[in-house]
Amino acid sequence: MTYITKPLAHHPALPRNALDLTRRDYEGSMSTLCAGCGHDSITAAIIEACFEMDLPAHRIAKLSGIGCSSKTPTYFLGRSHGFNSVHGRMPSVTTGANMANKDLVYIGVSGDGDTASIGLGQFAHAVRRKLNMTYIVMNNGCYGLTKGQFSATNDKSSPSKKGEANPFDAIDLCQMAIQLGAGFVGRSFSGDKKQLIPLIKAAISYKGFAFLDVISPCVTFNNHPASTKSFDYVRAHNHAVENKLDFVEPQEEITISYEAGTTAAVTLHDGSRLILNKLDHGHDFRDRDAAIMTIRQNANDGQVATGLLYVNETGDDLHDALQTSDRPLNEIPVSELCPGSKALEGINARFR
Amino acid sequence: MQASEIAARARARMAPTDISNPKYFHKVVDCQWACPTHTPVPEYIRLIAQGRYAAAYMLNWESNVFPGILGRVCDRPCEPACRRGRLQTSNEPNAKDPSKKNAEPVAICRLKRVAADYKGDIDGFLPEIPVQKNGKRVALLGAGPASLTVARDLMPLGYHVVLYDKDPKGGGLMRTNIPSFRLPVEVLDDEVDRITGFGVETRFGHEVTSLKSILDEGYDAVFVGTGAPRGKDLDVPGRKEAAANIHIGIDFLTSVAFGHLEKIGKRIVVIGGGNTAMDCCRTALRLGAEAVTVTVRSPRKVMKASEWEIKDAIHEGIPILDNHAPKSFVIENGKLAGVVFEKMIETGVDARGRPQLKASGELVTIPCDDVLMAIGQDNAFPWIERDLGLEFGEWEMPKVDRVTFMSTRPGVFFGGDAAWGPENIIWAVAHGHQAAISIDAFCHGRTVTERPAPGHTLVSQKMGIHEWSYSNNYDAAARVAVPHADLKTSIRNLKLEVELGYDDKLAAKEVERCLNCDVQTVFTGSLCIECDACMDICPVDCINFIDNAPEDELRASLRVPAVNATQDIYVSDALKTGRIMAKDEDVCLHCGLCAERCPTGAWDMQKFFYVEPQASSACHSHHNAYLR
Repeated sequence: MTYITKPLAHHPALPRNALDLTRRDYEGSMSTLCAGCGHDSITAAIIEACFEMDLPAHRIAKLSGIGCSSKTPTYFLGRSHGFNSVHGRMPSVTTGANMANKDLVYIGVSGDGDTASIGLGQFAHAVRRKLNMTYIVMNNGCYGLTKGQFSATNDKSSPSKKGEANPFDAIDLCQMAIQLGAGFVGRSFSGDKKQLIPLIKAAISYKGFAFLDVISPCVTFNNHPASTKSFDYVRAHNHAVENKLDFVEPQEEITISYEAGTTAAVTLHDGSRLILNKLDHGHDFRDRDAAIMTIRQNANDGQVATGLLYVNETGDDLHDALQTSDRPLNEIPVSELCPGSKALEGINARFR
Repeated sequence: MQASEIAARARARMAPTDISNPKYFHKVVDCQWACPTHTPVPEYIRLIAQGRYAAAYMLNWESNVFPGILGRVCDRPCEPACRRGRLQTSNEPNAKDPSKKNAEPVAICRLKRVAADYKGDIDGFLPEIPVQKNGKRVALLGAGPASLTVARDLMPLGYHVVLYDKDPKGGGLMRTNIPSFRLPVEVLDDEVDRITGFGVETRFGHEVTSLKSILDEGYDAVFVGTGAPRGKDLDVPGRKEAAANIHIGIDFLTSVAFGHLEKIGKRIVVIGGGNTAMDCCRTALRLGAEAVTVTVRSPRKVMKASEWEIKDAIHEGIPILDNHAPKSFVIENGKLAGVVFEKMIETGVDARGRPQLKASGELVTIPCDDVLMAIGQDNAFPWIERDLGLEFGEWEMPKVDRVTFMSTRPGVFFGGDAAWGPENIIWAVAHGHQAAISIDAFCHGRTVTERPAPGHTLVSQKMGIHEWSYSNNYDAAARVAVPHADLKTSIRNLKLEVELGYDDKLAAKEVERCLNCDVQTVFTGSLCIECDACMDICPVDCINFIDNAPEDELRASLRVPAVNATQDIYVSDALKTGRIMAKDEDVCLHCGLCAERCPTGAWDMQKFFYVEPQASSACHSHHNAYLR
């Protein structure tokens, strides 16, 4: 909690993007989360990504469920559409919105409780349906809003702040997303914006279900020395499967030269590219089974695999599957959507 | 990269900032750093905000001795330095260069005046003057700001101080050269008399014509603060014939100040573009002139006068003609009838960036009854004998040590304009403080080159979880304009002060614009968990967590590149991840959000208080009394 709001005054030399906006224009209101919360860093990364991509704020919808993480849409993109839904129900609300208007950029924010417990079913079906959205889980392994009880993503080896052991195995949301058919799956860390920002940009550019599991230490309840979701632990055990990620806008030329054999490029639907540098040679990010193996092997070694874990560059989304009209439904007038009883009679007559 | 190259780069990386050296944080307080006397500006602005005008006044008086005077006529080096001016610009064009917008620093000077206007009775705060003297006698020549400062600093130490001046009253150029519509006589008297009232022996109305005669009186030390009293002249055809109607600007102002001159012709031409020219033209209006024209040889954008003084003159309807070089005086019937100017053309800039001018051949004649010549001032020391062991250098200026202010004759000190030519009042005060330290050392047989160290404190301002002992919120308000007296009446009244000053309500608005730059962002690297919270919350993007590099590379790689090289980068030691914290001090709002957002207290807001040493600590020890 902070009593003064962030002053609107900004650096006179703050860079401006193609829309003549500064990154400050992509902010929301002042965060009320604990000082040092990882979620605030992810918020800052989303702001930076949208600013750098020159996204017009009014073409973005941000949706969330309930929890510390789900409060964050208030803190970014203050000029975008927002929906703070029921606990675990962000995927259905996003589905509805996306069906009505396929032209917006959908950013869903959820937490480990919202996604891996109360909303697990909703999450699974949104993935399965390949809903075109960016789904970000701010994953801190605990219920920060209710005094830090274990969440379903907390590692079995990671006790509570008071030393209580965790009796259950953790759900790995990235493995689950890959299994359920997500086209773009990545994991990152709130304390590593160099990795997180290009991942968010690529996820937004991806057409289909893009999933990002972002480990985000809870400074109040889950940043103690025995935690596996603390700043220190994640920094010490972070295994980036690509050492550096570069997001290249569609119109940009690739100007950096890379050593042969150490880079790979993922071309996204809008023509932008994600350049993966100094790849981990044991990892094939286009192969679902290999991606799951990478995650599991790292976990077995006590490491957290981060970066772009899996991508299917040719995937479809829900609108393709349902063969909806090219025109967003919300732009089609009622007279066309519901042509009346005469038209119905005509249709019925065809079947007689 | 070669191994040697890698090693060289590692060496070139930025070293962690040494915040135990008071110079570092002092420099962050831009206003105080820029002030020659290092007045603790943010501290007194906070006192004004609390309505503690007497305390604010005393804090000023301690460093700059003449808060009431300087609150009106200071050259205000603090204001162009003010951090706020780098964040906010006004909609009003600059009077010198209309293509530029004015920066909007805090109205520091005008707030100082508020402290003076509302101070009430401050006698109880003044230092005690010992009845038992220390047996040392010091002569101060010239009763201007430099000498008066020396007197103030030495009196509490028990010196017997003798103050000489050729004019009947003390104050020097503050009395003779600054017209009373800018500086009322009562304000001047109040602050000059406060010092002479300490028991200074005054020998006013007595022109010193020989330094030897002063030295012969056996003083333990002599301080020369006689200013730069000779106005420059212009030798062009007609000068001699028109002499009766050509006045040297500073002499004209002196005559007006002492009531010797109460009238002037109807049409006046002022030659010159400095502050004296501005005072001359406005004074002429008040003496009844109907058409006053200021002419400057160079383009307006390089005029020497302060921008606000030019603005005031223009506001009073006085045309300023630039690129006008005086060629000759027109004489008709043996009397001045006008001035012939040749128009100049700007042809480019010279190596120092100043405009290069070429004569156009086009002549303009401006008819007039009187000319006021304000083209600069010189020092003049015809009264100093050249066989006293006091060496003179270039331009017949005495050789004076830049640190000790002592001449080549031990025991004779110089300060103010007398030392190195025309400067401003605030510089004269700064010289006075330093000279007083030297004089005290000299009189007690100590080495004058050993200078006392400044004092400083650094104290946390945290009062509670979200509570700071200062008003940390950023107020986006524009600079509050100072109310002026009605133009019609003021341009005909020599005594009516043009600027009315802020009242308490306007002052209360303006104080909130101060960023409290003395409340420092202090970083403790060992506590930092690198959560980025401070970097994300900083409204002006000054905090960075990046890899160390040589300074120029580091500056270029910050979130917003640090192009203002006059502002330092605050650099931490390597943190856990090997990165460093690098903060560009340039436009920090000192809002404390980094400290509020820090989960571990690695950031703290701490007030840095800097005290410039003075000869006597008597004024400083009173500090606690009025700050209680």
